[in-house]
Amino acid sequence: MEILLIIISAIFVNNIVLAQFLGICPFLGVSNKLSTASGMSLAVCFVITLATVVTYLINKFLLVPFGLTFLQTIAFILVIAALVQTVEIVLKKVSPSLYQALGIFLPLITTNCAVLGVAINVVTKEFTFGGTAHLMGLGEATIYAFATSLGYGLAMILFAGIREHLAMNEVPKAFRGLPIALISVGIMALAFLGFSGIV
Amino acid sequence: MSKFSLITKGLLKENPTFVLVLGMCPTLATTTSAMNGLEMGLATMFVLILSNIVISLIAPVVPDKVHIPVYIVVIATFVTVLQLLMQAFTPAVYKTLGLFIPLIVVNCIILGRAEAFANKNGVWDSALDGIGIGIGFTLSLTVIGIVREILGSGAIFGWKFITGDGMLAFVMAPGAFIVLGYLMVLFNKIAKK
Amino acid sequence: MAAKSNLINMALCLTAVCLVCAAVLGVTYAVTCEPIAAAAAAEAQASIAKVLPAGGEISEEIASDAEGVDGYFVQSDAEGAVTAYAVKSTTGGFGGPLTLMVGVLPDGTVYNTSVLAHSETPGLGAKCTEEKSSFREQWKGFAGAFAVRKDGGDVDAITASTITSRAYTKAVAQAVELVKSMSNE
Repeated sequence: MEILLIIISAIFVNNIVLAQFLGICPFLGVSNKLSTASGMSLAVCFVITLATVVTYLINKFLLVPFGLTFLQTIAFILVIAALVQTVEIVLKKVSPSLYQALGIFLPLITTNCAVLGVAINVVTKEFTFGGTAHLMGLGEATIYAFATSLGYGLAMILFAGIREHLAMNEVPKAFRGLPIALISVGIMALAFLGFSGIV
Repeated sequence: MSKFSLITKGLLKENPTFVLVLGMCPTLATTTSAMNGLEMGLATMFVLILSNIVISLIAPVVPDKVHIPVYIVVIATFVTVLQLLMQAFTPAVYKTLGLFIPLIVVNCIILGRAEAFANKNGVWDSALDGIGIGIGFTLSLTVIGIVREILGSGAIFGWKFITGDGMLAFVMAPGAFIVLGYLMVLFNKIAKK
Repeated sequence: MAAKSNLINMALCLTAVCLVCAAVLGVTYAVTCEPIAAAAAAEAQASIAKVLPAGGEISEEIASDAEGVDGYFVQSDAEGAVTAYAVKSTTGGFGGPLTLMVGVLPDGTVYNTSVLAHSETPGLGAKCTEEKSSFREQWKGFAGAFAVRKDGGDVDAITASTITSRAYTKAVAQAVELVKSMSNE
């Protein structure tokens, strides 16, 4: 039950793009076409989950015991950058087909604030799933990260669908491009607001 | 380019929010009121100016292949310094802006300016560029904050001019996207003339 | 512009940059360490003082395993008799955890309440943070049934924010419950 709550809350209620404003730049940048949007979502999904697990462990076994939590920001971003590089290299060797699909998105992900945002959130924010407020355990953190990235994919793919239709319509000149995209996201966010309070 | 135009270009021609469309996350997330937008803008400007200065100094000796990691370390250091200073001297502001202070690290404006400007220009010019872009970013955030605060809570900089509530949607997530979209339209109209 | 890369200068450069940055951070941390602790302590003190009667000695935080209670502070007078408790109580609100500081007298009457942390909707649930609102004023000396009127209690809910009001009520009730159980011992 508690796990279900985490998942629903992360995907719908606190959608990472539409409610938390994380990862907006790639969200606007690569949502022009459905195919690139789904590729990016997949890559983000992979990196967020992996990065959260690794940074969670680093925080728990390295930063906290030595009283170095003030180094969280710098430690996490370096770990994420190194991790993304490693994933890229490993993928290239192990699964060239997967690399073909995700490769071009991987370098972009280091500066996707969704990754760092989720990693920091997991170790600093208290959650009330299951009654009392507490910091997440590793299991919960992993599920939360995975569900959050699913939410990212959901928003991204839905939006790419809308945008493909937008491209075919006649939009007033001043609205063309980003402005109309932003306003459409706003309306989407309005719809997602309907989910708030269900968890 | 004259020194003066280095500062003014951030306002219109290379406005980071409306023209370059960089750093969208803090732009949308922290502009629930004019004051919050202003504070976030200033915090980003602090990191931007310092990182521009340091990067323009070290760029000539940094080997090409590791320049990105080096820049990220420099930027992350300044962000952590900012975090510590804010926690010590303005804890209330630090609490309001929350997660978006550490996230300055991945704000594309900072790395973007390092790559596009600071690593090929002198210290003085880079500092001015940081100030210019920083002011542009701060102003944009403040303007978005003002609009959202007026519509959403019927107030300007915390001073309430209506009784009761404003249109709440504008303080919440959807309002952020919609206000930014319309302001961008307005900006296009004015700037293209 | 940039220097040519080879293994040695890459390693040297990264090491040097990291060393310098580590030094900068170390110094900043050492300098800001005390002000940060002082600011946090001042904030905690202020939040406790806000919900308790003036005067008296306030204890260190005491951990508690009561439901929803993170910890509490005991206020005692010069003779050492307990005059009030300040209880840090958390429940799930509309948008996330809602943490209150609740001042409770030993007989179980609420003295005052304040919000420590919340993520309620601005303009709706977030109104629970407005001091001097009728919702907040009713808690001073509250001794009715702990439930909003809709659920048959004596708490006037914030308009259009029943879930937040329920959460707030539950958090206060948790605190009172704890104090009552301690006073009975």
